[in-house]
Amino acid sequence: MPSPEIPIRHVATLARLELTDEEAARYQEQLGQILHYIDVLDRHDLEGVEPTAHAMPVLDVIRADEARPGFSQAESLTNAPRRAMDQFQIPKVLE
Amino acid sequence: MSLATQTLASLQRRIAAGEIHPRDVVADLATTIEAGNPQLGAYLSWDADRALAEAEKADTTLPLAGLPIGIKDNINVTGQPCTCGSKMLAENYTAPYDAGAIVRLRSGGAVPFGRLNMDEFAMGSTTENSALGLTRNPRDPQRVPGGSSGGSAAAVAGNLALAALGSDTGGSIRQPAALCGCVGLKPTYGRVSRFGLVAFASSLDQIGPLTKTVEDAALLLNHLCGKDGRDSTSLDAAVPDFTTAIGRDIKGLRIGLPREYFIDGLHAGVSASVKAAVDRLAALGAELVEVSLPHTDVGVATYYIVAPAEASANLARFDGIRYGHRSDDATDLMEHYFKSRAEGFGPEVKRRILLGTYVLSSGYYDAYYLKAQRARTLIRRDFEQAFEKVDVLVSPTSPAPAHKLGELKDNPLAAYLEDVFTIPANLAGLPAISVPCNPVEVDGVSLPIGLQIIGKPLDELTVLRAADAFERG
Repeated sequence: MPSPEIPIRHVATLARLELTDEEAARYQEQLGQILHYIDVLDRHDLEGVEPTAHAMPVLDVIRADEARPGFSQAESLTNAPRRAMDQFQIPKVLE
Repeated sequence: MSLATQTLASLQRRIAAGEIHPRDVVADLATTIEAGNPQLGAYLSWDADRALAEAEKADTTLPLAGLPIGIKDNINVTGQPCTCGSKMLAENYTAPYDAGAIVRLRSGGAVPFGRLNMDEFAMGSTTENSALGLTRNPRDPQRVPGGSSGGSAAAVAGNLALAALGSDTGGSIRQPAALCGCVGLKPTYGRVSRFGLVAFASSLDQIGPLTKTVEDAALLLNHLCGKDGRDSTSLDAAVPDFTTAIGRDIKGLRIGLPREYFIDGLHAGVSASVKAAVDRLAALGAELVEVSLPHTDVGVATYYIVAPAEASANLARFDGIRYGHRSDDATDLMEHYFKSRAEGFGPEVKRRILLGTYVLSSGYYDAYYLKAQRARTLIRRDFEQAFEKVDVLVSPTSPAPAHKLGELKDNPLAAYLEDVFTIPANLAGLPAISVPCNPVEVDGVSLPIGLQIIGKPLDELTVLRAADAFERG
């Protein structure tokens, strides 16, 4: 399968990354090279092979449904770049 | 001579005998770092007063007896920075809790001391992707230390740390250990809690020790492993005393040589050094068996789909709101995300987020991600079949000795291909160690080479036993 041209602006939007024109051109080219290399996967017949998500799968891990101590509101906010009224501050989303 | 040249095991004995106190070790180490770090750049920060206070009240009856351990800057330690080598976390992040591995380390008596440089968010193999400073190879300051745990390896090999923790997603403990000339161990996936390790690729990441000797790696591993309720992927497996692997012989141990790992493209010095290492293993009584891992050729491609895909999801948490860099220039929420992330992340991280986002995007999932997951199954099966015939596998850790600074900077694909021998153990979740073998002379400088030993799942004991026997010769 030949590698398609990556719609780099669309992908950057999905990833929530602002790119300069220079960055967009550079990433488009570099990602194209990487994806072209990744086509080596087609050397092997992968049809019908079961996919592996985890090498050492551990399933259905649950803990006892008990309350336990966590961060206080003040502790949760200590690393926030901006706070207001003991809450995380975000740019305005409603007019 | 600085105490930082000593091993954990020897200092442990001297502390137990009452000859020295851990406060002396920390004080000595702080002076050594102060003098040596400006040249080497291994540490991003260190808090000597805090470590001295902790060493002062250390319980010297515990196995790690107040000994200071350097920490890669992506593992959370309460009250300390955790920058991940990124502008994103450099300005205003202080770790609010101890990582699971740090909790274990402390209960073994160790004192976390110093934050070690790394490729940004552990993405890279030279430590040049750190946004916060340059780390040099202690054997040749014009060369890279490897990465992404380059600060950890440089500090240990350059005698600015007794031992350190690193993290390994595609070779990030073993490769810098090989390039700097120290021991680096990646445990079986799930052995060590990932809670509090800033996530890069969750199905591959694993914390492990970088040390001066195999014995020290075993000692440190004793105080890293175990089930942690806060990491659902951590394994509920018995943790043996790994130091029982030390000082034993390897007569009759079946050692596999994967023919796909001894290829023509190998640096001549690496090839000669690893061949000599294999001869030494045979002389020690090991039985050499040629094996095949037929899907080795797609390891790198598989990894560079799986790891960026997981990274693109993991790094979505950096939204500039709860923690991390926040842009001052945004007027609405969307712009806030776009600008905060563009300003906070460096070029390699952006490259991998874009790659990961693309391979997971609508219409391409089957062509890339699903295909990579299938290839991952075949790579895992290769190992299962090889381990029916042998106890461990050996290979070079890296296809070349340390590159010069800047040599791989503008060629991401060439840099990715350097991970060819380390990636498969991550994809298959296997334990693997890098131990120094004969150095090679390049441009009049003696450069370290690493021998990789890969084991069966949860069989760190045999990996350590083989590495220790090899190290002792």
